[in-house]
Amino acid sequence: MSLVDVKDLTVEFGSLRAVDGLSFRLEQGGALALVGESGSGKSTVASALLGLHRGTGARVGGSVEVAGTDVEQASDEELRRLRGGKAAMVFQDPLSSLDPYYAIGDQIAEVYRVHARVSRRAARARAVEVLERVGIPDAPRRSRSRPHEFSGGMRQRALIAMALACEPALLIADEPTTALDVTVQAQILDLLHTLREETGLGLLLVTHDVGVAAESVDEVLVMRHGRAVEHGPVGTVLGAPGETYTRDLLAAVPRVDARRAAVGEAGEPGEVVLEATDLRREFGRGKKAFTAVDGVSLTIRRGETLGVVGESGSGKTTLGRMLVGLLEPTAGEIKPGGGVRPDVQMVFQDPVSSLNPRRSVGESIADPLRARGERDETRIRGRVTELLERVGLEGAHYDRYPHEFSGGQRQRVGIARALAADPRVIVCDEPVSALDVTTQAQVVALLGELQRELGLALVFVAHDLAVVRQVSDRVAVMRHGRIVESGPADEVYDNPQDPYTQQLLAAVPALDPEVAARRRAARRELAAA
Amino acid sequence: MTGFLLRRALGAVVTLLAISVIVYVVFFVTPGNVAQITCGPRCSPEQVHQVAQQLRLDDPLYVRYWHFLEGLVAGQDYSTGTSVEHCSAPCLGLSYQSDQQVTQLILTKLPVSLSLVFGAMVLWLILGVGTGVLSAWRRGRLSERLLTGVTLAGVATPVFVIGLVLMIVVCGQLQLLPFPQYVKFTDDPEQWAWNLLLPWLSLALIEAAAFARLTRASMLETLAEDHIRTFRAYGVGERSVIGRHALRGAIAPVIALNANNFGSAVGGAVLTETLFGLPGIGQELVHAVNVVDLPVVVGMVLVIGFFVVLANAVADVLYAVADRRVVLA
Repeated sequence: MSLVDVKDLTVEFGSLRAVDGLSFRLEQGGALALVGESGSGKSTVASALLGLHRGTGARVGGSVEVAGTDVEQASDEELRRLRGGKAAMVFQDPLSSLDPYYAIGDQIAEVYRVHARVSRRAARARAVEVLERVGIPDAPRRSRSRPHEFSGGMRQRALIAMALACEPALLIADEPTTALDVTVQAQILDLLHTLREETGLGLLLVTHDVGVAAESVDEVLVMRHGRAVEHGPVGTVLGAPGETYTRDLLAAVPRVDARRAAVGEAGEPGEVVLEATDLRREFGRGKKAFTAVDGVSLTIRRGETLGVVGESGSGKTTLGRMLVGLLEPTAGEIKPGGGVRPDVQMVFQDPVSSLNPRRSVGESIADPLRARGERDETRIRGRVTELLERVGLEGAHYDRYPHEFSGGQRQRVGIARALAADPRVIVCDEPVSALDVTTQAQVVALLGELQRELGLALVFVAHDLAVVRQVSDRVAVMRHGRIVESGPADEVYDNPQDPYTQQLLAAVPALDPEVAARRRAARRELAAA
Repeated sequence: MTGFLLRRALGAVVTLLAISVIVYVVFFVTPGNVAQITCGPRCSPEQVHQVAQQLRLDDPLYVRYWHFLEGLVAGQDYSTGTSVEHCSAPCLGLSYQSDQQVTQLILTKLPVSLSLVFGAMVLWLILGVGTGVLSAWRRGRLSERLLTGVTLAGVATPVFVIGLVLMIVVCGQLQLLPFPQYVKFTDDPEQWAWNLLLPWLSLALIEAAAFARLTRASMLETLAEDHIRTFRAYGVGERSVIGRHALRGAIAPVIALNANNFGSAVGGAVLTETLFGLPGIGQELVHAVNVVDLPVVVGMVLVIGFFVVLANAVADVLYAVADRRVVLA
């Protein structure tokens, strides 16, 4: 009997068919990844395995059998025994997935007591045991902490501990590392791997990140529009994909080990347009004072891209905001090159929340024009139309609202808005991290094109090392508010000098499962030493 | 915690002083001859003049306010014609109308108001939060629609309608209870409770509606959060999910609303007090305003202000207890 047996599964929300006739099996102890872009239906499948669509209005067809339970036919009681007891789920955002009001140990104990008839005390002891198992240091004490007192990686460990509490046969992990830094991601993936080896746990991994899949599973199922595109062993699907879509998907994934594709004629670096010296920024006062950026100096030249890469909390966003003038530096100064106005604009991470949902995109793009005193409506409309066309949208989109656009299109609107003020420098703060890889590639290409045509200088702030390499001429690696290493992109990536840069690069998931296995072994050795 | 309490106490003193200044100014600019009103319509101009002097009505505003502050801090002596009455600190002055000390007046009225509001609060919390949770849980079903209808009717019905209907039915037709009449708690706790039952109910029914709607909205928001999904995905029963996880997350706005409503009901339950003949703060305040009895108005307003400030401080502490991420400052 298979651990998971899905036959001809369809899930419909109203008129939208999110999953369309999907079938697959997962054997005991096996590991399968559902890979797809947003909207491919992969998370919907994961929820269907635990019957989470019951009572939500979604229509589920076909059959789903998990660990001997027919999920569609099961009674509420049987379903409750399945959930957490036989199959447990780990979610994407570990902070919001835990109850903020209760201690972590108590939450795990509560779940354990649902499935095992034990005393409170025994359940609490079990919670500490599984927390230790997932590598929470000083587990008896830390089990009394609340989620906000844990770091992101520790929260995800705690969620995995909760999943392990009842010794399920199947672990469903829905984007388990998407909210985490790359070094923490490597740790969590290693943990999942070790747990599989030691407990014979089956793993169903849902992810948009092909690299994460390559690191973790034996089999891959590529999904698109609710259907299976390709299904097979991970080496085959990622190494020699049979389907065009899979090939396109893989081609769009930025590689950390590949040099930046040549972009037109290699222009000479232009004059300095922005120069920052010894920037510092503190938040809070007195004992709670925290230095987010601590003595950063950089210069940005016309027509070049400076990549700023770092993990969360490294100060990269604070630096970006100071360059634009959204934050005043506590110390240090920002000088425009050649004494001209710097004209720095910003493109934000989240194209959904950085556009006012109640105003048309044309109005949003016109804001910088109006702010500069332009009053002539026909001129404004003309300029906005031109900008919309410039970023690959249509002039007729002026009167549409943000919700009518896809994520990639919204980011194009954000770019058009930044261009409206004729800037010489654009600071892009994680401009593509909310986008799918294929969209990512398009937006990155657009930025490159604009740069060449308008001679823009770009500051590209991101946590994704591969993306940064693909767009940057020069790279600065940030940690704890300082630049630990900087230089031409290829030099930094091919021959990193700082141990932190080396550690970051070693943690990036490899697309080749064999390389991934070798790296994991190396990391283990390092940890054992 | 000590720092928090100190800051809050200081804030309360400043707030209350500000309130007293405002009341003084409002009275100063209000048209009408206070001495005439106090003395009565049949007083001769000489008598009116005498009253004005006695009450120091001709003094400038700041002198009168300073006098008030003096009384508050050091106490005050008042001559009532024949004898001298000492009003010890904190002295809020004497009523223009009855020559009674305002502090004494408050001490007799306050227990009535607090009895009414405390009891009603317990009821409105049980009714309101209970209904809210239930309607969030049963969202979209018939039972939820019925509950929503009832709570809407509650919001829309004035207290004198609900109270009157209750009195006519319960006391008049069914004769289950005697017509309410205030009995001191210290005299007879059982009679106190029986007599207050109807006032509690009618005040609580009005207030409960707002709590039900707020709780429902807040619960629905919490129920959509990720951590609720987590516990459902781990087979935790719906009762636990709602009672343990969702309610705790949803309770913060309810605490805030309760602090406000409790504070203002201490002085604001005028209609309920009047309807049931309860000699409380609200009734007294309305009377004092009508006869321009400044010392009584200031005293009553300060008491109400005190309870609003107190209730909000308690709410902040409760916030911090409910949610450990909150830091008291």
